[in-house]
Amino acid sequence: MELRILAAPREQQALLDLPWDMPLEQWPEWYLVALPRGISRHVVRFTRLGGNVYALKEIVKPFADREYQMLRDLARLDVPAVQAVGVVSGREAPGGEPLDSVLVTRHLQFSLPYRALFARMMRRDTVDRLIDALVVLIARLHLTGFYWGDCSLSNTLFRRDAGAFAAYLVDAETGELHNSLSAGQRAHDLDTARTNIAGEMMDLLAAGQLDETVDPIAVSDQVVERYEALWTELTEWEAFDVNERWRIARRVDRLNELGFDVDELDIVTDIGGRTIRVQPKVVDPGHHSRRLLRLTGIDAQENQARRLLNDLDTYAAVTDQQGEDEEIVANAWVMDGYEPVLRAIPRELRGKLEGPEIFHEVLEHRWYLSENLGRDVGLQEAARDYVENVLRHKPDELAILGGTSAEADTTQPFRITWNDLQ
Amino acid sequence: MATVTFDKATRIYPGTDKPAVDALDLAIEDGEFLVLVGPSGCGKSTSLRMLAGLEEVDGGAIRIGDRDVTHMPPKDRDIAMVFQNYALYPHMTVADNMGFALKIAGVSKDEIRRRVGDAAKLLDLTEYLDRKPKALSGGQRQRVAMGRAIVREPQVFLMDEPLSNLDAKLRVSTRTQIASLQRRLGITTVYVTHDQVEAMTMGDRVAVLNAGLLQQVDSPLGLYDKPSNVFVAGFIGSPAMNIATFDVKDGRATLGNADVAIPASIAAKVAEEGSDTVVLGFRPESLTPASSEETGGIPVLVDVVEELGSDAYVYGRPAGPAAEEQADRLRSDQIIARVEPRNAPQKGEKINFTVRQGSEHFFSVKTGERLEP
Repeated sequence: MELRILAAPREQQALLDLPWDMPLEQWPEWYLVALPRGISRHVVRFTRLGGNVYALKEIVKPFADREYQMLRDLARLDVPAVQAVGVVSGREAPGGEPLDSVLVTRHLQFSLPYRALFARMMRRDTVDRLIDALVVLIARLHLTGFYWGDCSLSNTLFRRDAGAFAAYLVDAETGELHNSLSAGQRAHDLDTARTNIAGEMMDLLAAGQLDETVDPIAVSDQVVERYEALWTELTEWEAFDVNERWRIARRVDRLNELGFDVDELDIVTDIGGRTIRVQPKVVDPGHHSRRLLRLTGIDAQENQARRLLNDLDTYAAVTDQQGEDEEIVANAWVMDGYEPVLRAIPRELRGKLEGPEIFHEVLEHRWYLSENLGRDVGLQEAARDYVENVLRHKPDELAILGGTSAEADTTQPFRITWNDLQ
Repeated sequence: MATVTFDKATRIYPGTDKPAVDALDLAIEDGEFLVLVGPSGCGKSTSLRMLAGLEEVDGGAIRIGDRDVTHMPPKDRDIAMVFQNYALYPHMTVADNMGFALKIAGVSKDEIRRRVGDAAKLLDLTEYLDRKPKALSGGQRQRVAMGRAIVREPQVFLMDEPLSNLDAKLRVSTRTQIASLQRRLGITTVYVTHDQVEAMTMGDRVAVLNAGLLQQVDSPLGLYDKPSNVFVAGFIGSPAMNIATFDVKDGRATLGNADVAIPASIAAKVAEEGSDTVVLGFRPESLTPASSEETGGIPVLVDVVEELGSDAYVYGRPAGPAAEEQADRLRSDQIIARVEPRNAPQKGEKINFTVRQGSEHFFSVKTGERLEP
């Protein structure tokens, strides 16, 4: 059989140089980047080509093809998921034995597997924020008609989002896209999530990587509760008296606050015209990040965008431009506020965090610094102090590196390879 | 443990007219291993998901034991989907890996210990309970994953193509393991596959579906020996049955110069439905090379010979003067015959096959249903 690399031309070139005639497990270390990963039932390795890091997963061909297609579909639907790069099939060892296909995805820059997060911090509120991010991701997936089938922390990557996290889907192997999901499918997805998350937390606890006060079962129950609350807000009919029409606007505000835009609202009045019933029909996540992108061209996560927009509002007030055209003020804010701060970051420190996250941290730092010094510290001064006293001491998160593939057990904590069974 | 009953269960996807599962009637016995099999889109997975609570049921009912579960949430149904996620946790012991889901469900510590102990005994894992998964072999790890489903002591196991991500060799060994474990456990199991060989080797009974309709449910041998219609006849058996439409005349079925004697009762049934043709099926092992003095039979030009050691198969096409008409009327792509191994004909040879009497299958041209002599 001939080796077949299905991918974009630019990436095809780079991929050609890898030792496809070897089982992934035996690849020499110099091809590999040791990234911590969740618990996987397949052999997964990371490699660096032309400045990008790629994740490689060895898997039977129909599954590789299916997951590739699924990830492409999810990308088209604008779901936060890793980007599928290609499938390498028709692999053969030099002796002629066939090898499984490899699904190639691009590693998400600045993303953190949950195990990397817990290796450094394991506070209760971190856990809460991870769960919140995951809940939003599940609800978004369910709104798009995606049934995950194996929702877990291991199958998710996290990116920092102004002190919170944004979650990305990494593994779509068991996923299915439907027009819409049944209550049973949603319930089952949540039940799987609940079991997996509790298991993953118990494992962290057993490894001594989780604060003893965190109760895995309570945390996993929280997933279900928060999901139900969010789902209700996103989809439930609400009925009220005709005189309480302001409640329509409040429902929209609440959804905006949760980060969702309401593109369509279904409003029904009963025959007497006394009762109004309202249900959001089309909700679109990314309310704040879309607004920020439109105004400033800055691409940020939802909470980062919220934070930056708040600063933009403050800027408009302080510089007395509240009546001005929004886009003009935004442009001025980018020139006066945002860009000078990012320019103040030395080049060698830019791989520490994403731009919008750095700006968010500078804003935080300015607040603390002003409080300590008893005077209002300017943005520039805050930025300088932040670089020297905070940023310089942070780990590089562009791609979390650590360990080597010689220490696969710590860097890839666990995997079952079905090949072991032979 | 419990029976499972599909009672005219129907699923119609929104925006479609044709049911994905159409009035499925199926009674699965307590402790039975039932396989749902059929080509893609036949409704087998949808049926399983209706039982799991993942698909809505638009008509009819589904019962587990005496409980009507038709509209019950999945987690209240007392079922376990096996093999869905078999990743193990590295820092937890084998016992904890097997029992942690029970902890979430609020089962008492003593009860968890008992159930894990029982499952470990069944799976030959007792001596490993205190170890970490890393210390286990691949096969043992896989059994731990099975143990996770077993300790829940569900009334029904559901398995949806659990072997599809394994390579061919592993698939064979794992399917034996699952089948033997199910027999030891005696838990009612519904298993979905598109692979008829998997279905035939694993199931106590096999339900064949096509286009949302249940075609037949029977033991593997029952399906093989008495397929109830043309679809089942063509789907079950590897290599596949030879099927073609023959003319019926004077107590014989003919197709060009191919000629097979048929029982009078079949000829009568064909006449009864006002037809003069019949669908005739014969398995590869029902064909024997005719001696030179025999007349009739089916002339075949050999395209490929498959020597398997214990068996040999000839893949060919109609030869003879009426070859074109015969090929047109053949429902399968080719004619397949089992022949003596180590003495098989050569590619390009022409052989006259006769059908061993009594081994033919007859089906109505009009309905596709089996005609019994």
